[in-house]
Formats: sequence, structure tokens, C-alpha cells
Amino acid sequence: MRLILSFIAGALFGTGLYLSGMTDTDKVQGWLDIFGDWDPTLAFVMGGAILPMAIAWRVTRRARAPLVGGAFPVPADPEVDRRLVIGSTLFGMGWGLSGLCPGPAVASLSFGGTEGVVFLIAMLAGMFLAPGVKLRLDRASPAE
Amino acid sequence: MQPDWIMGLLGGLLIGTAGAIMLLGNGKIMGASGIIGGLVDGSGRSDRFDRILFLAGVVLLPLVLMRFVGTPDTHVTGNLAVLVTAGLLVGLGTRIANGCTSGHGVCGISRLSLRGIVATVFYILAGGLTVVLFRHILGVI
Repeated sequence: MRLILSFIAGALFGTGLYLSGMTDTDKVQGWLDIFGDWDPTLAFVMGGAILPMAIAWRVTRRARAPLVGGAFPVPADPEVDRRLVIGSTLFGMGWGLSGLCPGPAVASLSFGGTEGVVFLIAMLAGMFLAPGVKLRLDRASPAE
Repeated sequence: MQPDWIMGLLGGLLIGTAGAIMLLGNGKIMGASGIIGGLVDGSGRSDRFDRILFLAGVVLLPLVLMRFVGTPDTHVTGNLAVLVTAGLLVGLGTRIANGCTSGHGVCGISRLSLRGIVATVFYILAGGLTVVLFRHILGVI
């Protein structure tokens, strides 16, 4: 059951990325580029995606457990730390440079050509290095 | 095809529905970077098949749609240095911040999580400044 639901969710996610045009880096960079020919599409995608999720979060308050059992995820510590700010800034720089974030990078694998594959390999390398960098970040700030 | 904003809204609704299925069905927060990253650094070994099947769905459906609807333009840059730098930044950044556009953006903002909102503000600001710098000032992208 868990595996089937994962596949269905992945399939809907991929279809959504494909239909919304978020696999087109021009649309993403066009949205970020407020001084160029601004493309509002991404805001509609975000808005459209937040709606069903907001309903789902409300349901978790009433429902006892997820369909497959277990427990609903406990919201993370609300603390905003250096990791969150530094990581998001680095991610934003890469996102702006390429117009790709992790979801669309995977979804466009089948039609993105070799460029998409190069990006994906570099992204996987970055993810592989991240735990080490995280430790260094924490060591650099003994206050935390 | 319909106007871009209608397709965007429709696609967004599907993405949100996918997140809702993961949350209500599997009790998981749907974040692309977390799902991939857990496979890369081994932290997601216990539910690796869930992750692999999710990613298989993400790749397979566009592949099927491509056959019937058409191949969309991706306009991915051919500049190797930009691709590699951007890929490394996205991989590192999303794992250090513990989330990307889907995890912090869609799943975080929808429950008004402070971390999700702060992360989204930072990656949008950094992304916007990067596009302005590299496109309008340096002319690289």
C-alpha cells in the first residue's frame, strides 16, 4: 500500500510539473527576473499546490493516523537557524542560475537531454557532500 | 494548450494533491530534495523503496505524456560551468536547509510553518538576485 501510494503521488507530482510548465527553465527564471519580461506562472503553481496541502494539514488535526498506520509527521522545531538561511540562500543561487530545482530536475530527465543529466549528477554530488558541510557549519558556530 | 496561468494552476493542484496523498496516506512530508537526498546519503535507507517508487512516478508520467501530448521545451542552459555550479549549489543548499520548493515551499507554507516561510523568502530572494546579476549585469545566463 505504501509503495503504491508513493508511486501514485510521484506520478501526480511529475504530471503536475509537466502540465504547469515548471520543467521549462525559462518560466522559472522568468518568474525570478522581475526586471525582465516577468512570467507570473510560478505563483499560480505555488498557489494551486498550497491549496490541497492546506486542506490535508487540516485533516491531520482530526484524523487519527495516516492510511497506512503510524503517525503524522511532527512539525519540526520552529527555530530558524543558520543552516536554514545559508542552505536556502545557496539553493536559491543555484535555482536562479539554472532555473531548476530538485523536482523538475528529475521530472525533465526524460526530455531534458544531456544538460539535464549533467545538472542532476552535480546535484547528487552536492547532496552527497551536504552532511559534511553541515557538520563544519555547526562547528563554526559553537553557540548553537 | 490553455493559457499558461491556467495550466500552472492545474499543475499546481496536482502537485498539492500528490503532497496530500503522501501526508494523509503515508504520513510523510513530500519534499523532492529530501526524498532524493535520503537515497544519496543513506539516511533514508529504511524506506528506500518508497522513495524509489515516488521518483519512478515522477520520471515515468512525463515520459508517457510526452508520447501523447508532446515534448515541452526545457531551455536548460548548455553552459557546462553554469550547470555544474548550479547543480552543486542546489544539492548542497537543499540538504543543508533540509528542504526545497516542494518541502519548504508547498508543504511548509501550507501549514504556515515559520521555517518554510523563511526558507522560501531566502531562496526566492537569492534566486532573484542571481538572475538579475548573471543575466542583466554579467550577461552570462
